[in-house]
Amino acid sequence: MRFSTFSTSSLGKKIYMGVMGLILSSFLIVHLLGNLALLSGDKDHFNAYSHFLTQSTGNVIYVIELIFGIFFLIHLLYGIVVTWGNWKARPIGYKMVTNAKGASKKSFGSTTMIYSGILLLIFFVIHLLNFKYGEEIMYVTKDGAQIRDLYITVVHFFTNIWNVVFYVVVIVFFGFHLSHGVWSAFQSIGVNAPRFIRFMQVFGSVFAFILTLAFVYIPIFIYITGGAQ
Amino acid sequence: MEKKMLNIKLKVWRQENKDDKGAFKDYEAKGVNPDMSFLEMLDELNEELILKDEIPIEFDNDCREGICGMCGMVINGTAHGPKSGSTTCEIRMRHFKDGDTIVMEPWRAKPFPVLKDLVVDKYAFDRIMAAGGYTSVRTGGVPEARTSLVPRDDAEEAMDMAACIGCGACVASCPNASASLFVGAKVSQFALLPQGRPEAAKRVEAMVAQMDEEGFGACSNHAECEAVCPKEISIKGIARMRREYWAASIK
Repeated sequence: MRFSTFSTSSLGKKIYMGVMGLILSSFLIVHLLGNLALLSGDKDHFNAYSHFLTQSTGNVIYVIELIFGIFFLIHLLYGIVVTWGNWKARPIGYKMVTNAKGASKKSFGSTTMIYSGILLLIFFVIHLLNFKYGEEIMYVTKDGAQIRDLYITVVHFFTNIWNVVFYVVVIVFFGFHLSHGVWSAFQSIGVNAPRFIRFMQVFGSVFAFILTLAFVYIPIFIYITGGAQ
Repeated sequence: MEKKMLNIKLKVWRQENKDDKGAFKDYEAKGVNPDMSFLEMLDELNEELILKDEIPIEFDNDCREGICGMCGMVINGTAHGPKSGSTTCEIRMRHFKDGDTIVMEPWRAKPFPVLKDLVVDKYAFDRIMAAGGYTSVRTGGVPEARTSLVPRDDAEEAMDMAACIGCGACVASCPNASASLFVGAKVSQFALLPQGRPEAAKRVEAMVAQMDEEGFGACSNHAECEAVCPKEISIKGIARMRREYWAASIK
């Protein structure tokens, strides 16, 4: 089989999307673990982590960003292409749609993948502008180092209730994306032993739930406590 | 015991021919015996329509015992109606209540054009089968029974996959109008048996290419197809098709 045949077939597209989706999910875990430093009572913890990530890793961070950026783009572009094809496959819709019960895994999450995905893309840009490319305030840590105070940027941002609401809504909506996406990715790449896939269906939901809860908790926590000073 | 006859309101898709725009039309089926099959109810209605000099409602059917795969319509939003694991002809009127409204629509998918009323053209499935859904003929006498050993589980699963009757409910119920369950079942039934192995890579590539050519959507793993499949074919078949596709990519 040709590479072009594989990459343009309906199966190949979904295989790419599944692989990319799983790799992108792994990023969320690292992102969450790092962000948990925001819950610390000492703002040096988070700033030290952010300093390490952006300054101490040298060019490695750029390579990783580039790889994840490319994977994100492939996942996104294939997502749009596949959805467009799916819409074209049924030009005249049904008057009435009743979901069959039983074996069906059709859910709010599974039917809104394209919308939650595009919302995340918009969020992704805003998110970078808010923090990574947000205002740069320097300060001196307790250890005497002069580094960027990203923590204060985050705290300032989340003192506005509407910013908190926006983040919470996006994260919850994206949680639905994950609730279908994780197990579906395994099915898409053909990994479906009965007990394995049943585990993944439960794991995917739990994974989505925990991630959503944790990511939602951070802005709410900062809004309520006002952050460490 | 006296049976309570049902009065049912019907909303049926009427379409003159392929090029007609089509619209829903309301009918009323009075005094329906709850033991009647769904199609018998339509037969009675059609007889009434003929007596009134109206054109009867066209719908596909053949064996009326759930094995031919000819019948099929979306009843109240679900392919093959409210009872899972059955074809339209296996639905009985006792599944409905007196005074219910039943909405009847044809399979909706670009590769399944509506020919008339509830009848669609399902030749797309035949073209997919012609692309690779066969094993090249082996001539000669019947080989000795133990010449090629088949693990029991594989034989069972191949049989489960071969249960597909090609009714098209998977396409009809899929939010993406994808034929993945049909093609997955057909690819799997051959891929699991030694007779199908020699052509496995060629087959999956050709059948998937034809499926895409016909204009079916891609599978998003909603598993709605498995839920409506009259033969309850599992989406395991779709995963196997994908594994076969992986395998074919390195051939």
